[in-house]
Amino acid sequence: MPIINDTIFFDEKAHGEALEKALKMSPHEVVLEIRESQLRGRGGAGFPTGTKWMLALSAQAEKKFVVCNADEGEPGTFKDRVLLSEYTKLVLEGMVIAGYAIQAQKGFIYLRGEYAYLLDHLLNYLDRMRKEKRLGENILGTNYSFDIEIRLGSGAYVCGEETALIESLEGHRGEARNRPPYPVNTGYLGYPTIVNNVETFACAYIVISKGAQWFAQYGTEKSKGMKLISVSGDCKKPGVYEVPFGIKIKELLELVGAEDTKAVQIGGASGICIPMSEIERNISFEDVPTGGSVIIFNKSRNMLQVLRNFMEFFVEESCGQCTPCRIGNKKLLEGVEMLEKGICTHHYLNELIELGKTMQIASKCGLGQSSPNPFISIVTNFKDEIMSNYLGGKNGR
Amino acid sequence: MIYPDKNVLVNEVDTLVEKYGSGRESLLPILQDVQRKFGFISDFAMQEIAHRLNIHPVEVYGVVTFYSFLSTEPKGKYVIRLCKTISCELAGKEAIARTLERELNLKFGETSSDRKFTLEYCHCIGMCDQGPAMLINEQVYTKLTPSKIIEIIDNLK
Amino acid sequence: MADRIAKGRAPVSHQPHTVAKVGGEIGGEVEIEINGRKYAVPFGTTILEACRMNNIHIPTLCYHEDLCLAGACRVCVVEVEGMKTLQASCAFPITNKIKIWTTSEKVRKARRHILDLLLSEHFGECYSCVRNNNCELQTLAKEYGVDFYRFGHISQPRYEVDRSSYAIVRDMDKCVLCRRCVRTCIDLQEVGVLEATRKGYSTLISTFMDRPILDVICINCGQCINRCPTGALRAKDPSDEIWKAIDDPTKHVVIQTAPSIRASIGEEFGLPPGHSMTGQMVTALRMMGFDRVFDTNFAADLTIMEEGTELLLRLKRKLLEGDKSVKLPQFTSCSPGWIKYIEHFYPDQLDYLSTCKSPQQMFGAVIKTFYAQEMGIDPANIVTVAVMPCTAKKFECNRPEMNASGYKDIDYGLTTRELAQMMKEAGIYLPELPKSYFDEPFGNASGAGLIFGTTGGVMEAALRTVYEIVTGREVPFDNLSITPCRGMEGVREASIVLKDVKDEWKFLEGFELKFLIAHGTANAKKVMEALIRGELDDYHFVEIMACPGGCIGGGGQPIPTSPEIRKKRAEAIYKEDAELPVRKSHENPHIKYIYEKFLVDGPCGKISHKLLHTHYYKRGKYIV
Repeated sequence: MPIINDTIFFDEKAHGEALEKALKMSPHEVVLEIRESQLRGRGGAGFPTGTKWMLALSAQAEKKFVVCNADEGEPGTFKDRVLLSEYTKLVLEGMVIAGYAIQAQKGFIYLRGEYAYLLDHLLNYLDRMRKEKRLGENILGTNYSFDIEIRLGSGAYVCGEETALIESLEGHRGEARNRPPYPVNTGYLGYPTIVNNVETFACAYIVISKGAQWFAQYGTEKSKGMKLISVSGDCKKPGVYEVPFGIKIKELLELVGAEDTKAVQIGGASGICIPMSEIERNISFEDVPTGGSVIIFNKSRNMLQVLRNFMEFFVEESCGQCTPCRIGNKKLLEGVEMLEKGICTHHYLNELIELGKTMQIASKCGLGQSSPNPFISIVTNFKDEIMSNYLGGKNGR
Repeated sequence: MIYPDKNVLVNEVDTLVEKYGSGRESLLPILQDVQRKFGFISDFAMQEIAHRLNIHPVEVYGVVTFYSFLSTEPKGKYVIRLCKTISCELAGKEAIARTLERELNLKFGETSSDRKFTLEYCHCIGMCDQGPAMLINEQVYTKLTPSKIIEIIDNLK
Repeated sequence: MADRIAKGRAPVSHQPHTVAKVGGEIGGEVEIEINGRKYAVPFGTTILEACRMNNIHIPTLCYHEDLCLAGACRVCVVEVEGMKTLQASCAFPITNKIKIWTTSEKVRKARRHILDLLLSEHFGECYSCVRNNNCELQTLAKEYGVDFYRFGHISQPRYEVDRSSYAIVRDMDKCVLCRRCVRTCIDLQEVGVLEATRKGYSTLISTFMDRPILDVICINCGQCINRCPTGALRAKDPSDEIWKAIDDPTKHVVIQTAPSIRASIGEEFGLPPGHSMTGQMVTALRMMGFDRVFDTNFAADLTIMEEGTELLLRLKRKLLEGDKSVKLPQFTSCSPGWIKYIEHFYPDQLDYLSTCKSPQQMFGAVIKTFYAQEMGIDPANIVTVAVMPCTAKKFECNRPEMNASGYKDIDYGLTTRELAQMMKEAGIYLPELPKSYFDEPFGNASGAGLIFGTTGGVMEAALRTVYEIVTGREVPFDNLSITPCRGMEGVREASIVLKDVKDEWKFLEGFELKFLIAHGTANAKKVMEALIRGELDDYHFVEIMACPGGCIGGGGQPIPTSPEIRKKRAEAIYKEDAELPVRKSHENPHIKYIYEKFLVDGPCGKISHKLLHTHYYKRGKYIV
């Protein structure tokens, strides 16, 4: 569902032949082009892709790897599923371009186990690419060789975190690693590895195809380009939308036909909950960031029930390695249960908010660092509602 | 699915190690294949895999218990995973959950005694705009309603 | 940092001293600022090491000097300027100029919160815990002034205590999930009993399929106990039964003390490591009520006689008689953790082991036969207690074949920590006691028996005797200190050439005796793998100790342990050896006596074989 004339993803005629173009450039030039476009990672964290690829290119090692993070587990995110099934060329050839840029020999697609039904389609596509010499030995007649292997996940949200993903690829439990050293230096099996989101590879393809300047004309000052947003919840037209960064939340709500909205959860379970008073804010890395997830709640929804759903999610999906995340999330969930019964004092609630702030800075990986976000934002923005529950009441348990 | 014979398991593990390699990186692909073929990863299978990959059995156990799609307990022929994350909950997953429990005569987390069905919850499977959604083995079903559930289950029985 | 042993399994980011290749030069120094003051540290040092070098205190929990890094507990977090999140100081390598604050407001608040979270999950009934007053969680709580449970507290135990094993007790209610036991068992010892299972809040350190420890392949080395910060892992304590035996007037309670005890028991009374307390310990044991106090070193001398003779016999059969079936190199067999390890993991190589029992068990057999006869006491009324630095001895004394005397050779295995506890119960403050001597006839021991307690000691003791038996001269080392045997490297090797031998040993003229010493089962694994590959064909004697550092690093030793502490304990042992009058096992007058009067057909003769030698089981590594 395109909304702007210059749509990137949803207009196949606009895609061009980026792979041919990239192979004619030097790897260094490819990386510079990506850097100039100011493309930032599309998985949610927003690390500058050009910088990541530059570090990997300058790292010296006998092997290098490209990993496509297709472990789309953030609640409310389903844009990668669409990209992988309907715009496969962008993603897979984007990976080959990335491999060429950092001079890697092998790529992995870490496909979440829940998307196993996409496996056949992807395997067939890879075979076709090999037949067309767009993958494998001597790609398109150059002396660059690169191949891609697909690895399935097995139902662990935390494996979407890049170091936990690498651990999972190596056959370990998906527990995050200490950083530094970063994967661009010490990644899969100790070799330099870049881990990028599905959408990032697709964007990289577009950048090479249409040029960095073209890409950078969209978006805001610090968030360039277009973003795929997957909208769900209480709205007339849920689905995947392509919007420029900087779009106001208000505009997005109009676009998707949201009525009677009470709150919008932007960034999935790890994101923040925006009340109606703040819908003038925009979606970008400077203001309200997201990996793509937007969930809309209307006035009939109970925010405490929403919060409980998120905290249960984190308690189960945390890897359990570091103390603040493993036990902290459980304490926040218990806090929610106390709020439901109406027995949580104002004082203890503030203690939990302080705990949340500690978790945000002391946890080992992004999961623990962002799991307090929904707690703090919902408790702060909807204070009266959540403090008025009681045991046996309509909303209490 | 019957409990696999030890020789069958040893041969299976041999084939898988041939296919994927004998380094630790092959652990997950091997476990996933064993899970798919036998419905669970038995005690003996874990030890056999550990010996072939030169790691300790308890490390294989640690990996199997970490991932929710891998299991040391036998699962049913059809593993039904209903998404319980917020978008599907808003779309009406409770009603679907009750229907499933009633029609299969199972509580969530249980496997039927004839090992045909396992009923579980799972987290967001990426079908948030078409909820409530569920996975049965690797097949996804969306926009569920109680009557659709009954139809799906009848087809499987 | 001398004995960092095998760290192959840990992911690369957990290896200490990983140096990034981007920017900076390796080997140079980096200028940093800590708490407002400038320091210069070598490139690649972690923040924690940099602070320790400069006497700045950062509390830690999951960090341990022997183990690979974890960065899991987040207690050691510090603030680094320019970074949004706090960094774990144990794992952050310094590669450029950074500013660090170790006690800023954010850091203090974070540490306090983390402690509150740990305490909210810890069923800590400190009064009834074996680690009361020696628990790292207690220390941290005190340091951070915890005076109320911010996030609640557990009032009921949630897990059943696993008491199945003879040696190790697991109490998961006290576990803080620091993963030290996992890193010890999988990375340091490569035995693989414990691992983190499940995920999220339900994460639990467990065994294979959650079986009781007795049913999985645990070698009882107890290294996990030494490194556990709380009371989640402890040894099985027989002190109540021992007190009962002491209090029973019909029982004649005999205690033997291993060499390592005397060098370490002072630590349990507040002394720094490396103070030998031999004389005081004997006085204390008598005060506690033991009828006889013997020295295991005597039995160690006996072991040397038996094992040295066994080696020479094997060499004779191979070189003189050309018997190709002789298994060489010969492996020592005094470490029960090592014995169980080889029975499980290398059952096809059991014939390489010496058939000698460990000194403890030899002593038990001798006490309930020879000693009982000499003293006219009914062996049924003798209770033998062995104080060992070892938890595996608790399993060893319960082995069904250890009853050569007709009774259970050793009734109880007691550890150093448990002995200190018994002393405190008896109101004894060890350092202030006068010294006294062990009882006859087993009180006299040579220095060779004493050095059994440290890695390389068995080898050195054996060489002192074997060399002299063959050549008639003392080993050609200053003051009998065979330095190639000493030190803390994981695998050491050396050789000694036998020249100008006595006539009966002519076939060994010019022979180069090659030997290997390894400690820690990870290094034992390396040695065994080399053996299987055929690389050890020209070695003759291998000493293996299951515990890093040898017995002085055993599972029953005072907690905590570290490379420094083990080094000091070893130094104390070597120092005491140098000061003893008799330094070689075969010169011990009581050894001569026992062979004349009792073991009349000599070392490895028929009587010795019945009482002092044993056999092993092919256990295999399949967990039933």
